[in-house]
Amino acid sequence: MTDRTRRLRRESLEAVPSISAERALLITAFYDKHLGRVAAPLMRAGAFHYLCEHKSLHHGDGELIVGERGPAPKAVPTFPELTCHSLEDLRILNSRPKTRYHVAEGVLADYEDVVIPFWTGRSLRDRLFEELPEEWHEAYDAGVFTEFMEQRAPGHTVLDDKIYSKGMRGFQADIDAALDALDFASDPEAQDKREALRAMRISCDALILFAERHAELAEEKAAAEQDPAEKALLERIAATCRHVPANAPRDFHEALQYYWFCHLGVITELNGWDAFNPGHLDHHLLPFYEQGLADRSLTRESAKELLEAFFIKFNNHTAPPKVGVTAAESGTYTDFANINIGGLLADGSDGSNEVSHVLLEIVDEMHLLQPSTNIQVSKETPDEVLYHALRVVRKGYGFPSLFNADAVVAEQLRQGKTVEDARAGGCSGCVEVGAFGKEAYILTGYFNLVKILELAENDGFDLRTSRQLGPKTGNASDFRRFDDLFEAFERQLRHFVDVKIRGNQIIARMYAREMPAPFLSVLIDDCIANGRDYNAGGARYNNRFIQAVGIGTITDSLAAIQRVVYEEGLLTLPELLSAIRADFEGHDALRQRLLNRMPKYGNDDDAADDIMRRVFDASFDCIDGRPTAIGGAHRLEMLPTTSHVYFGSVTGATADGRKAGFPLSEGISPVQGADRRGPTAVFRSAAKMDHIKTGGTLLNMKFSPSLITGDEGIERMSHLVRGYFQMDGHHVQFNVVDVDTLRKAQADPASHRDLIVRVAGYSDYFCDLSDALQEEIIERTEHSEL
Amino acid sequence: MSSTGLVFDVQRFSLHDGPGIRTTVFLKGCPLACSWCHNPEGMSAAAEILVTPDRCIGCRACVEVCPHGLPSGIAGGWAAPRELCEACGLCAEACPTGARRLIGREMSVEEVVDEVLRDRVFYENSGGGVTFSGGEPLRQAEFVLACLAAVKQHGVHTAIDTCGLVNTDDLLAAAKVADLFLYDIKHVDDVVHREWAGASNARILANLEALAREHEAIWVRVPIIPGVNDDDVNMRRTADLVAALPGVQRVSLLPYHELGADKRNRVGMQTTAFNRVSPSPDRMRDLAAMFENAGLLATIGG
Repeated sequence: MTDRTRRLRRESLEAVPSISAERALLITAFYDKHLGRVAAPLMRAGAFHYLCEHKSLHHGDGELIVGERGPAPKAVPTFPELTCHSLEDLRILNSRPKTRYHVAEGVLADYEDVVIPFWTGRSLRDRLFEELPEEWHEAYDAGVFTEFMEQRAPGHTVLDDKIYSKGMRGFQADIDAALDALDFASDPEAQDKREALRAMRISCDALILFAERHAELAEEKAAAEQDPAEKALLERIAATCRHVPANAPRDFHEALQYYWFCHLGVITELNGWDAFNPGHLDHHLLPFYEQGLADRSLTRESAKELLEAFFIKFNNHTAPPKVGVTAAESGTYTDFANINIGGLLADGSDGSNEVSHVLLEIVDEMHLLQPSTNIQVSKETPDEVLYHALRVVRKGYGFPSLFNADAVVAEQLRQGKTVEDARAGGCSGCVEVGAFGKEAYILTGYFNLVKILELAENDGFDLRTSRQLGPKTGNASDFRRFDDLFEAFERQLRHFVDVKIRGNQIIARMYAREMPAPFLSVLIDDCIANGRDYNAGGARYNNRFIQAVGIGTITDSLAAIQRVVYEEGLLTLPELLSAIRADFEGHDALRQRLLNRMPKYGNDDDAADDIMRRVFDASFDCIDGRPTAIGGAHRLEMLPTTSHVYFGSVTGATADGRKAGFPLSEGISPVQGADRRGPTAVFRSAAKMDHIKTGGTLLNMKFSPSLITGDEGIERMSHLVRGYFQMDGHHVQFNVVDVDTLRKAQADPASHRDLIVRVAGYSDYFCDLSDALQEEIIERTEHSEL
Repeated sequence: MSSTGLVFDVQRFSLHDGPGIRTTVFLKGCPLACSWCHNPEGMSAAAEILVTPDRCIGCRACVEVCPHGLPSGIAGGWAAPRELCEACGLCAEACPTGARRLIGREMSVEEVVDEVLRDRVFYENSGGGVTFSGGEPLRQAEFVLACLAAVKQHGVHTAIDTCGLVNTDDLLAAAKVADLFLYDIKHVDDVVHREWAGASNARILANLEALAREHEAIWVRVPIIPGVNDDDVNMRRTADLVAALPGVQRVSLLPYHELGADKRNRVGMQTTAFNRVSPSPDRMRDLAAMFENAGLLATIGG
């Protein structure tokens, strides 16, 4: 780390997350003036232009890459057109003990006087909730599923290589060509397309204007700068901002700055889920890196310093704060930008290069919360690259996570993508798979499999909310065979998937009509060629995911029921259910038996794993391929983020011995502590799921540091990873931290603020996690040291 | 392949019983009775009940099923006459927490092969395989030989971890099939060996010589037990003896650890308490140097 990097990093770490009302005020002013006067695409493009023109700029001293979404680092703007925070929300954000956002009095006043009065009843969230049917609300309130788009826009897309050879002027030329080609005489959608394309054109101008304002600011700073070296740097930055994004970048520095402006554009226009990210950064930068070394305008060190500055920019961008259920399910500062390292080139050859190693060094040295990083491991990936990544993983920061690049390709081929598009794709957010630069792959919500089983056990009646929530699928006393119970589960499952999908259609349509993203559409193929917005299905590929949660818990519960009720005949199903409803009070021996003596997923025990497969297949069958309102299909994903904690809190005790309210299993990991035959058995169990049919699965692996010391430890980890990937496993992440350290951090958070642990698909500051999550991570860790 | 064997554990992801990621099959019964044994549940050739008192919740399910009327109030312990127990396993089956476990399960060759092949993908990536250990695996020679042959057919690397006190013919028969031998030497002095390991070392050393003539992949393993065998004289003699043998690829020096003490209690052993301090890392390095000086490749740990 250079002195400059050290200073910028410190400033970033010390910046306090706060809420800025600036964007809310600007967008309110714009909407107040124009609402009802122009079509939605032009409204959105106009609003974006207005923001780029008027938002205050920030150029920190000594920065190499410039530009902030808010007025200062970690000053987070809000998006009242989507979700308007109430005064109470803002006060909670300001006072909650974890992941707090500072909210100044002035912000509260602005909200009270201007923002809230305008947006109440107008924000998309208010209107969505009004539009969604009663049964959707009931299921949502009961904790059957969550909804991603109630507070944040559809996002989940990643950039490919297109900006590195084309400036915004070039994109405008493409837009003009598309406009010229419109056939108003015979294409009934031609006028819609014209609006969409004009909006895209305006948003290109907006980004250029935004960059030019940065150029002016840098010129002003340069004029006042006494130090000749800093003055030269400021002039360099000014020249860069004059050149990109209007034109294609000419060198390494311009390439990074160009991406950064695009990034800011995307996350300013809307607050799409999972901050945008550059995708295969090492692939994209290699030509600039090599050219810079060849013409001596760059050294390995100066390239690294630029990349460090680039990483720090991500870290400055705290996620927009959520409210309500979403806050509980994902209380984190991280905005899920996830940079891909390694992987495959479009021609199928190994994509790792020298920049991959530079990136891994940065991850190793910087310990930033954002951006996340992952290594894409294919059979082409050399051991040397994997070993480098594992040496970083071993440090215990949870970065990078590991993906099976070959499976990532196979998953996309199954969805019908071309092999080139699939290889140029990768993973983003936590574990989600997409064709970078060409796809909208949108997560729609977590889905509580364990709650579905609970409903099947209770004839569709939800004990917590005292409602007949689902269809009547039979009394437990009538389930003569295990299959009777399973069929009831399948019927409940299909019903609630139907409810969820109906909601998805309403929401997708609303975003398509009213909340276009013209700037994002410029960046994603084939929105320009199709003359259709990203949110209206303009991308080449469109997939919407439902993320099933709790596969470990439901598998172990069903396996236990099968064993004690239908095989051993130890007690009847109603007897078991009454013990469960009593939260096992007075049934300790039974609970111990359920905890200790039953087949458990994660032990390579077919008695449990066959049930896991059955649940997976049932979920897949009722989700995969069902059309979405904007084209494309629904798909299944096996990812929890932190929703397994929320879902656990609304789910009663379970037949695997879990007490009511405790977290469900996360991702496709076994129930916490249920895997007792070591990591190879966990991998084998997990690989019995057909990962290729998903859009991503998440497996958390716990390792105590002692298991992976020395070169031998690294090789051992690599053998495990290669083995799992050979069996088509999608992803694995390692949490390497000992229990002592975690306990110390709980007792003394102040001195452990920098302790980063792997949570679920992302890493987070341990001290920012809820108590329940902290305990869960400690439990995972303790287990690994047995 | 109708042969069955008495197995007390099949451990996946074994990292210290040969190269790579391995599955270790532990067989019941050992002719030695080393005071420091860390697998005491492998000593007896018969099945037995292992008790973990900490896990007992006092539900008395074991008491209810015990054919010998395990008296109440001692559900977690061994107050019932130990010698009456025939390891019928009813109490272990009834125990909800796993505080009582039946150690020793009859497994067929097919069952062993099925277990072993499960981690094949990891063996292939890591150069691992299966290790038959114990107890003393060659006490159940017919079964182990059948397992070896069956596993070999699938191209899996095989190892035998032996104490050496076995029928020489069995050892040499295994040598024709197994890829690697892990061969334990506790002490070169017969008197000391008898005192601490409960039997003479004469056949162990003779068998090692015989094996070394027939097999080119032997890893000699020496547990380093402070106050028993870790003196310079014994170590040097051990090094000289091993260095003179063809076929020995390396010597693994295994530092004593105390995990065995707790397990010895749990199987209800009445052996005198054996408690030592683990040898220091410095001492281990010195000993490794001694073996290296004799021209051997020496490693510390597995």
